[in-house]
Order: sequence, then structure tokens, then C-alpha cells
Amino acid sequence: MKIKEKSSVTLLILLALTIVGLFLANKFLDSYKIRIITLSGIYITLGLSMNLINGFTGMFSLGHAGFMAIGAYTVGILTMPIPMKEMNFFMQPIAPFLANVEWGFLPALLAAGIIAGLAGFVIGAPVLRLTDDYLAIATLGFAEIIRVVFTNTQSLTNGALGLKGIPNYTNIWWSWGIAFVTIWFMTVLMKGSYGKAFLAIREDEVAARSMGINLFKHKVMSFSFGSFFAGVAGGLLAALLGTIDPNMFRISLTFNILLIVVLGGLGNIVGTAVSALVVTIMMEALRFLDESINLGFIQLKGIPGMRMVVFSVILIAVVLIRREGALRKAKRV
Amino acid sequence: MGDLSIFLQHLANGVSLGSLYALIAIGYTMVYGILRLINFAHGDIFMLGVYITFYGILYTPLPWWLVFLIAPAITGCIGILLEITAYKPLRESPRITILISAIGASFLLQNLGIVIFGGRPRAFPVPKLLNQVVRLGGVSINIVAFIIPIITVLLLMGLNYFINKTKTGMAMRALAKDYDTASLMGIDINRIISITFFLGSLLAAVGGIMWGVRYPQLMPLMGTMPGLKSFIAAVIGGIGNITGAVTGGFILGLGEIMLVALLPRLTGYRDAFAFVLLIIILLVKPSGIMGDKITEKV
Amino acid sequence: MKRTLGLLLLVLVLTLAPQVGYADEVIKIGVFEPMTGANAAGGEMTVEGIELALEIKGEVLGRKVEIIVVDNKSDKVESANAVSRLIEKDKVVAIIGSYGSSLSMAAGDIVKKAEVPAVGCSPTNPLVTLNNDYYFRVCFIDPFQGTVMARYAVNELGAKTAAVIQDVTQDYSVGLSKYFIDAFRELTGDKNSIVELSSYNTGDQDFTAQLTNVKNKKPDIIFAPGNYGESALLIRQARDLGIDVPFLGGDTWEAPEFLSIGGDAVEGAVFSTHFTAEAPVTSESGVFLAAYRNKFGKEANAFAALGYDAYMLILDVMEKAGSADSQAIRDGLAEVKGFVGATGVINLDENGDAVKSAVINKVDGGKFIYLTTVEPD
Repeated sequence: MKIKEKSSVTLLILLALTIVGLFLANKFLDSYKIRIITLSGIYITLGLSMNLINGFTGMFSLGHAGFMAIGAYTVGILTMPIPMKEMNFFMQPIAPFLANVEWGFLPALLAAGIIAGLAGFVIGAPVLRLTDDYLAIATLGFAEIIRVVFTNTQSLTNGALGLKGIPNYTNIWWSWGIAFVTIWFMTVLMKGSYGKAFLAIREDEVAARSMGINLFKHKVMSFSFGSFFAGVAGGLLAALLGTIDPNMFRISLTFNILLIVVLGGLGNIVGTAVSALVVTIMMEALRFLDESINLGFIQLKGIPGMRMVVFSVILIAVVLIRREGALRKAKRV
Repeated sequence: MGDLSIFLQHLANGVSLGSLYALIAIGYTMVYGILRLINFAHGDIFMLGVYITFYGILYTPLPWWLVFLIAPAITGCIGILLEITAYKPLRESPRITILISAIGASFLLQNLGIVIFGGRPRAFPVPKLLNQVVRLGGVSINIVAFIIPIITVLLLMGLNYFINKTKTGMAMRALAKDYDTASLMGIDINRIISITFFLGSLLAAVGGIMWGVRYPQLMPLMGTMPGLKSFIAAVIGGIGNITGAVTGGFILGLGEIMLVALLPRLTGYRDAFAFVLLIIILLVKPSGIMGDKITEKV
Repeated sequence: MKRTLGLLLLVLVLTLAPQVGYADEVIKIGVFEPMTGANAAGGEMTVEGIELALEIKGEVLGRKVEIIVVDNKSDKVESANAVSRLIEKDKVVAIIGSYGSSLSMAAGDIVKKAEVPAVGCSPTNPLVTLNNDYYFRVCFIDPFQGTVMARYAVNELGAKTAAVIQDVTQDYSVGLSKYFIDAFRELTGDKNSIVELSSYNTGDQDFTAQLTNVKNKKPDIIFAPGNYGESALLIRQARDLGIDVPFLGGDTWEAPEFLSIGGDAVEGAVFSTHFTAEAPVTSESGVFLAAYRNKFGKEANAFAALGYDAYMLILDVMEKAGSADSQAIRDGLAEVKGFVGATGVINLDENGDAVKSAVINKVDGGKFIYLTTVEPD
């Protein structure tokens, strides 16, 4: 109990510090750095949402890009001003029921989460009885199917042309505000009986079932919550970029999130948040690897792609070093 | 051109594509059978096989047929290396950990491919002998499309003999059935796993070479889709079952082609077909059409 | 935990520490292009042209010019970050890029907000410059390109029917197909003149099913715009299947890989592009071609030429305005009339799109051969 209290005090201090830090950052940093910090906030939400499914409940889902796509398109279509819609859908007119819709950001974000969560429910209900690797490939399949469908439904998504002119609502407060809400939600959820059930399922499904835990209900619940937050994060991303297209939501996007989750520790809330921040900043900081470096006496030609090699090596190294640890360390949340 | 010849043409296209999936699926299914691991990097090993062949033909004085024989062996060794570095240390770890390692290995190979081979596509040097078209009535078939199914079936027969009749093969089967008991029986597990990876990767490279001859474009990311689809083929056929993998490959190849043939309006959705099929199979008969019933290990 | 936090802090300090600023005389122009990923080849060719232009004209208004090239990895999020970095960290006054319309669009809002003008080299999707006063481009747009090929098919080849095979995941391909279809129907006066519209996905390698369907419809020509790799494979398989009608495409086909992957099969393929080494359109073309040959030892391609033009245009505007201020450059770009570039005389219309002629090339003897030039309406 004592440890718990202590850790919650630390958490509060950390929270206050972060808010002060964000405030200072927003005030004094240039828009490039603010953009990166904003992006980190989105990745925190993404990392946590994947962690809920993969880390806490022990299911292995690779479908995140798909749920993000759903959220991103929901926000994109709902918030885009009506005249902009006409401009966007110049090849094939937009479906009439969407043509005259223009929502505010918060309701659109909620809708993004709810639709993604519903999709998670619909998809999760049948496939969640599959085990690790089958589940991984099935969810990956669903993400691909979503992408293919979005590419082909022109009157709904504008197909490959993508959407442009989505209002830039996302700022540092939106992205970090949602990130805090996600952290809070996860903490409360994991402390409650649902969280205990999730962990029990992760540790031993058979035992959990014999203890009377409804496996199906809890798995679907965890999956839907995870999808909800993935959808919200997708919506934030759409409103940050102002433009989206189906090709953004490929498996490599899921890989980035997986990297964050693994580095932060499967099932570790604070770890995930920290690693989301570090990974997003590193992605930019390591740009020099791709570029030519002039050391004065020697000019090193940059090799495009080196950055991603470094990240892949880090991922494997972490998995190999932690082995069991990646899972076990965070047993007690 | 009559309807019949159109249909036959589609059939020929489907068999040719399907046999390629089948070839790659064999490696997937072998590794899964023994380690219960989806080797996500299998598609990238396939990519490496094609690039090794490419460089072999262009930069060594060896004749192409010799390169076609050597390159798969080299790729097989890379497969062993992959297993030793990325999977072996994790053998006792939770399944998710190995799976993450596999995904990491896959992305590492792809990105190394980009750094080493460059991001731009290359043209695979197709030997003249293999680049000819045969016309039978209204049906045109590239000669490779003939050769690939034959190679696939020959390899299948060879493998089946190896697995059922040789000592090593028996050890493999024992390992697949029961890992712990097999090790108690004095089977050198590391050796068997290495052999499995060698054979699987070798077959991926053979599939890769055939792929290169049929679709002569090389890219560092070329392994992703064929890899996924071959895995799906393996699942359809019943993962762990080599004959099943080949069957699944043919079903998937034919299915993809026939979808376009029968429902031309849906061509844009073609890439989703494999995944839809996968999910249906997983839900209806997760053990695949030829697989044994999977008993959940408690 | 503490160690992780410490590491994090270190990283934060390193990356977010204010760059030591010094009042420099160098004028910085940012370039964001795909150097890796699916569009790497196009990005590479474009950057070659820009680097060449810098070598030829490295100074303006008595100050040195520096270009800063960043990779957008053919990825939208990266693209937005890259442009943001160019503006804030590198303090560039203008931006060039990017190959791939969607990558350009990801930068649109950022340049607009920061009020830094951007000039696209080859993004042909109409949406790129739409509703954005800070985005310009030195190339024509898809509606024109699609129409050009339809006209060529009907007028020069006498085509009565056509089949279209599009890459449904590429805005470029979908857009071109749409404009081609509209124009072709209008020119033939026959609503049923498009006998087949088939789709594939980027990265697909087997097109036999789509092609067999097309073969059955016996079109006079096939319009198949798409990435050069996929297109080359597609044409190869078509020839194997015994389809011998002409293939028509767009500017992406102009890459050496189209020829090497396609081999004999792509002989006779016809496509529209921005520029050809064979028919220099302006005095500047000659200068560019000679310099390119000199530096790279090969014939120039359209993307290098467009990169070259984008850079030269920005410098020209700076010279005329007598200022290297972003706003001045933007205002100058909005009024470009009759700029003599390597790819032709460039006039920018009210959207910021170049109105200029298109070139039609044909593959002949393993080379791109110039056929004709089509003027804008």
C-alpha cells in the first residue's frame, strides 16, 4: 500500500512538472519543436492504447493502423468545412449524408473514438478467441482490409486522393490533454477489477477462466477500449497534419507504436509515456544519420534509411536483453 | 477468343501465381511446425535470396544456373544466422516476445536492404532461356509459369521423403509433436532447428528466384506482400503441414485470379481478398483444410 | 526509471536547446524530397537537378545560396515534420518539393501558416496548390496531362476504344485515369468507348488476371498510368499474354528502370512528360542539358529538369524582387509570367500552377524518343 501511495505522489509531481514543461515549451519553443512535442503526445495515447491490448491483456494485436485510419477519417470528414469538401471531392462527389456536415473538434474526436471502438468490438468479437500469432496476423489482416476499403470507397473517403484542408485543431494542449486523459483512464482501469481481470488473463488464461473471469467479455472490452483511443489518436493526427490518405496507415505505422510499447515495457504506463516521447524526439534527432555530415576535414555522405536501421536494431536488442523482463517487470502496476 | 480460352488463361495464371505462394509457404510452415513461431522475417529472407541471385549473376563470372543453385544455399545460411541471433536466445520466453523479435528482424532486414541495395527498384536479369512464351490455342503461357509448378511439386515430393524417411526428418517430426520429450529423447534440438531454418530459407530463396524470373523487379520491400500471402496460404492449408501449405498456395493464387476474373468490378479490392479468406478460415476451421486439430497447450 | 528519465532529459536538452544563431549572409532554400521509400527514385532525380542548379548559380543578390535537403521517407507525417524543421530550425526562406502529391499536401498547411513559399517540382494533383497562396509548382497538372494522352490516342492513333488500368492507391494514377476517361469519351463521342476500367495496388506484381479481362475486351489502346516499376511489369505480362495494342501512360514512366525492368516489352510505350532532352524548348534547356551531361554523364530526365527549374525560378524571383524575404518571394511567385525554364516557358496561373506545354515520348530501341509537343489550350 505504501509503495502505491508513494508512486502516486511521484506521478502527481511528474504530472505537474510536465504541465509546467509543456507550458514553457509552448511559450518559448519554435513551431517545429512544438510540433514534435505535440506529436509525442499523440504517440503517448497510441502507445498506451496498444499497451492496453498487448501489454496488459496479453493479446497480440497488429491492427492499430487500421483503427487510427478509422479515427483519422472520421475527424477529417466531420470537421472539414463544407466548401472544402466540395473542393476535395472533385472527382467523385461525397456521399450526400456527409456533404453538409461540419462538426466541432471535440464531438468529432469522440465520434472518431466511438466508431473506432465499435469497429474494434465488431472485429474483436469473432477473432479474439484466436491465440497469439493467429490473432496478430488476423488483426494485421483487418488493418489491411480497412486500408483497401478506404482506398476504394471514393465517395466516402475520396480514395487515394486523400483529404486535404482538415482544420488544424490539434495543438500541444489537445494532444497532451488527451494523453493525460488516457494515462488517467488506464491507471484507474488497471487498478479496478477490470484491470485485475486483464492481468489475470495475461498471466494465465486457463486459470483466469477457472476463477470465473469471463474471458470473452474482458478481451473484447480491452480491445474495444484500445481501439477507441487509437481512433482518437488517429483523429488528432489528422487534425495535426491537415491531410490524410489511406497509404499513411500501413503496417510500418503499427511498427512505430510497437517500438514505443516494447521500449517502454509491455504493461508499463509511465514507461510507455516516456518512451513515446523519447522515440518521437529521437526520430527527428537521428535525422543526421541520413544526412551528410561535414566534420571539417572529412565529408561523410549520409545514407538514407540509416535511421530506421538503428531503430530496428534497438527493438531487437531490447527484446533480447529483457527477454522475460519485457513482460514480467511490470507485473505490479 | 472464346470464353473457354479466357477461362483457361485465367486458370493458367492462377496456377502460376499459386505455385509461387506455395513455394514460399513451405518454409513458413516448416518453421511454424517446429517452433510455433510466425517467422515474420521469412518474406525478407525471400527478398535477400533474390538480391543475392541478382548480384551473383551481375557481378560474378558464374553462369546463371550455377548462381541459381548457390544463392539459395547462401540464403539458407543467413536463415540459420537469423535464428541464432534473433530467436534462439528467446526460446524460453513468452510467445509475444519472440513474435516481437521476429517483427523487429523483419524490419531490420528491410531497412538494411534499403541502406545496402538502395531504395530504387532494379531489374532482375532474366536468362533468355526462361523468358519465352508458349501459345496453346488462345492461351499464352510464359515458360516460367510452366516450370514453377513443376519445381514446386518436385520440391514437395523431395521434402516429404526427407521428413518421413530420413532420420533427421523424423527428429523434426518428433520436435514438432512434442518439444520437451524430443529433447529428452536425445535429439539435438539446436541442430534440427538450424536445419529447419536452413531448408525454409533455402526454399524461400528458390521461391524468390522464380518470383524474380516471373516478375523481374527487385525492391527491398518486395518480400512483405508475398510473405504475408504465403503465410496465409500456409494457414489455409493447415499450418505445420507441408502438403497443406502447397495446397493453400494454389487455393490462394487461384482465388485471387478468379476473383478478378469473375468480379471485375472488385479488382481494387484484390489485396484484401487474401486477408478476408484468412479470417474466414481462422474463424471457421483454424486448423486449416489439411491440418490436424490444434490442441491448446495448457 | 530514473535512468530513463535522465536519458530523456539529455535527449531533450540536446534536441531542443536553442541553436546557436548567427546573422549569416547565406540564403537558405529547403528541399524536402523522398530519398527512401516508395518514391525514392523520383526524389533522387529531382534532387540531382536542384544540386546542378545550385552549382550553376550559387549566388543571388550578392549572397551565397545554400540548399538543405531532408528526406521525407515517402511518408506524410515525416514530410510534415521535415518541412517544419526546414522552416524553424534551418530558417529557410523558400522550399522546394516534393515528388508525390500527397507528400506535398502534408506540407501545405505548414508553409501556409509559416508564410514561407513552396514550389513543387512534379506534384500533379490539383489539390496541392488549391486554396493555398503559398504553394506553387513548375509542372502542369493531371487534368491537362490526362487530356493530352486522350487526344493523342484519338487523333494520332485513331483509337475508338480504350481500356484503363489504374493504380487505385495512387492519387496520381486515379486522377490521370479519370481525366483520360472523360476526355476520351468526349473525343470519341461514344459513352461506351472505355471498354474496361481495372485497378491494382502499389506493390502488386501479378497483373495477369486484370490483363486477361482487358484482352477479352479487345481495346484499341490501353492507358495504364502508374509507378514505373509496376507499369513495366504490367506491360511485360501483357505482351506475354499476347496483348499487342499500344500502351499509354504518364510522366512517371520516364525512369531508366522502366526500360530495364520492362525490357523488350515496353518498346512502343507512349507517355506524356514535362520535358525531353531531344527537343530543347528554350535556350535554358540547352544550358541545363549540357551541364547535366557534364556532371552526371548521362541524359537528363524530366524530374531533374523540373527540380532545376524550381530552384532557378525562386532565384529569379528573388533577383527581380531584390529581396530574399519569404513574403517578397511569395509575391513574386504569384506574378510569374514568361519565366524561361529548362522545361519550357512557365506562366503561373491564379492557383499557382504552371501553364505550359507537354511532351509526348515513346520508347524506341531501349531509349526514350521524342514524338511531339502539345501546347496548353
